[in-house]
Amino acid sequence: MKREYIAAIDQGTTSTRCILFDHAGRLVSVAQREHRQIFPRPGWVEHDPVEIWRNVERVVPRAVAQARAEPEQIAALGIANQRETVVLWEPRTGRPVGNAITWQDTRTASLVDQLAADGGVDRFRERCGLPLMTYFSGPTLKWMLRQDPILLEQAERGELLFGTMETWLIWNLTGGPDGGLHLTDVTNASRTMLMDLSTLQWDEELLDAFGVPAAMLPEIRSNVEVYGTATTVLPGISIAAALGDQQAALFGQTCFSPGEAKCTYGTGAFLLLNTGPDPVQSSHGLLSTVGYQVAGGDPTYALEGSIAVTGSLVQWLRDRLGLIDSAPEIETLARTVEDNGGCYIVPAFSGLFAPHWRSEARGLIIGLTSYITKGHLARAILEATAWQTREGVDAMNADSGLDLTGLKVDGGMTSDHLLMQTIADVLDVPVERPLVSETVSLGAAYAAGLAVGFWPELKGLRHHWHRAARWLPEMSAHRRAREYDNWQRAVARTYDWIRNDDEDGPGA
Amino acid sequence: MPPMPGTVQSIERAAAVLRLLAQSTRPLGVVEIANALSLPKGTAHGIIRTLHTVGFVDQDDRSGRYQLGSQLVRLGGHQLDRNELRSCAMNWADSLASRTGESVRIGVLDQPSEVMVVHHVFRPDDSVQVMETGRVLPSHACALGKAILAHTPGSSAWCKGSTLEAFTARTVTDGRALVGQLSTVRERGYASDVEELTNREASIAAPIRDHGGVVVGAVAITGAMQALCDTGRNPRPRLAARVIEAARAITGELATRRE
Repeated sequence: MKREYIAAIDQGTTSTRCILFDHAGRLVSVAQREHRQIFPRPGWVEHDPVEIWRNVERVVPRAVAQARAEPEQIAALGIANQRETVVLWEPRTGRPVGNAITWQDTRTASLVDQLAADGGVDRFRERCGLPLMTYFSGPTLKWMLRQDPILLEQAERGELLFGTMETWLIWNLTGGPDGGLHLTDVTNASRTMLMDLSTLQWDEELLDAFGVPAAMLPEIRSNVEVYGTATTVLPGISIAAALGDQQAALFGQTCFSPGEAKCTYGTGAFLLLNTGPDPVQSSHGLLSTVGYQVAGGDPTYALEGSIAVTGSLVQWLRDRLGLIDSAPEIETLARTVEDNGGCYIVPAFSGLFAPHWRSEARGLIIGLTSYITKGHLARAILEATAWQTREGVDAMNADSGLDLTGLKVDGGMTSDHLLMQTIADVLDVPVERPLVSETVSLGAAYAAGLAVGFWPELKGLRHHWHRAARWLPEMSAHRRAREYDNWQRAVARTYDWIRNDDEDGPGA
Repeated sequence: MPPMPGTVQSIERAAAVLRLLAQSTRPLGVVEIANALSLPKGTAHGIIRTLHTVGFVDQDDRSGRYQLGSQLVRLGGHQLDRNELRSCAMNWADSLASRTGESVRIGVLDQPSEVMVVHHVFRPDDSVQVMETGRVLPSHACALGKAILAHTPGSSAWCKGSTLEAFTARTVTDGRALVGQLSTVRERGYASDVEELTNREASIAAPIRDHGGVVVGAVAITGAMQALCDTGRNPRPRLAARVIEAARAITGELATRRE
């Protein structure tokens, strides 16, 4: 049977999806399933890894059936995943030890403070490219191992495995307790704080600093290579790619040349700039990370501006405030008014990420008057995403010495045309959406397809990129400057809110 | 009370079930509903299952009891949100553009005479194009409008009673002729305009349905007449099939979103 499709699994923060792509890089079918967000305490955010694995088992056959395809028609499987989320499991039984602790979880705040007391938040930055933050896997893993001395002993004996989501899925796809492969890729490993960004290997000093036994760590591999063959879900099909979701989107947007950037709008938003074959250290609060690596080739590095809360702010409006029934309705609500009415929302729910990196900041709504309606709040929510993008772009321009001349966007929130127009307005550059918005899945598919020769070479993939939409700036320079100033003043007011002695109290 | 002549008993009973559920402060079981309305349990169950199928009644997963459905609430309130329609349609509109090589628009009927473009995907040739979301098109002169009008109650009367403006020499301005076209649209499953809005341009559209089959909008490809039509000025069947396929996929997406 002809191998006509590449399957991509996108294991995201809120859902797991499987998408089939054809030879022209066109989306053929998509199946999706949400999983529970578990909030055991304020600031804690967990996922059930077993539920996520079950969702993979369900969505993949659904996507194959929807394409009216046979599994034999699939040339390879690629995986993209939410990054930094940590799973621990026992290889003998395949059972996870507790829930996965996600990248949004802030329980390691005081641990991070302790680690930073000796040398500052940037003490590991030169080695791993990252500042000390709750966001990354290393501190989370240290927290988990400290919770229970037995876990540490198990880990030392190789009876406990560590993985981010792609590691967990690949292990299960390749047999689980029965010979499952324990491996990760350079992009996911670059988010642990445990990998040397130059050698792309686990670093002994870093492992020491975080108290992590090497025996529990997966092998680090490139993004584009056949890791093994699936024994379940798609038995016999090659697993040929794994990338962190944001790097997958960079790949899917075919940002293969230094200077090319994209921003993906989902739960959070992630701005990535290809910086070429050498890591660039940021002096403006951005992260240095691996962009991608083809097996046997040099790595490509990237600078990243991470915005924690974008789509999740819309979900908050929907689920916590109940002002809309579905996320897209925020645009309808926002269009009931002309402007924000003087209201600004800074969604520092887990502190502020790039370029501020203030973990003690908390969110606020400011500029409230009796004039403000829910429409103004909706505007302020969309504008918060736009201004946070502006801060990231400003930092990137400063670090790279180049001025971004246009922004390639993707992700679910690109269906919000008011938001896209607002981003063009505040950045003062054209904003472009490609014909396939599912760039995370597309990137995983491209990488897997390259590995098995479904597509012959990297550069040829550029021919698949087509502009599906373009928004041009319409805002006056005067208004842009005034609004940016208002935003920055609102941001400054979120600082220094959480005190150390608040930590065990309500709302900490 | 015996049913009045000309009324349908099962609909009366269904209405009674809905009223009962609306008045109740908690979900009700089948036996409770049957007893309250003096109906045989089997009859009550049949009515409730039917109402459940069309989304007018929801069943509580845990208790198995019934309450008024979210679809019913929507029926009396606002329609499908157009931004939600765009969000559901985006992947399939992209896919349609890449498969046909033409630009894609999704429209909803604001009033019988006007279609509002709620989504626009550029023709994938990377040429300079301008976003048209928010643009209003005359419904009688475009495929989007005709695809929706063909499934809108009362549209025949509107066609016959309105002055239809000519945009090109080929715009259909005769109400009766338009009614005839709408009938063809229903038979074929797609609508078209061939140089009726813009010279040398054609467009093919198919209706998008919400849960329950109500047409809530349409999706269309638009392009050069020679590309979309054969030498006899008829839409190419291959392209029409693609448009219908996309409309069905969007319809399916709307249905799963409401689960």
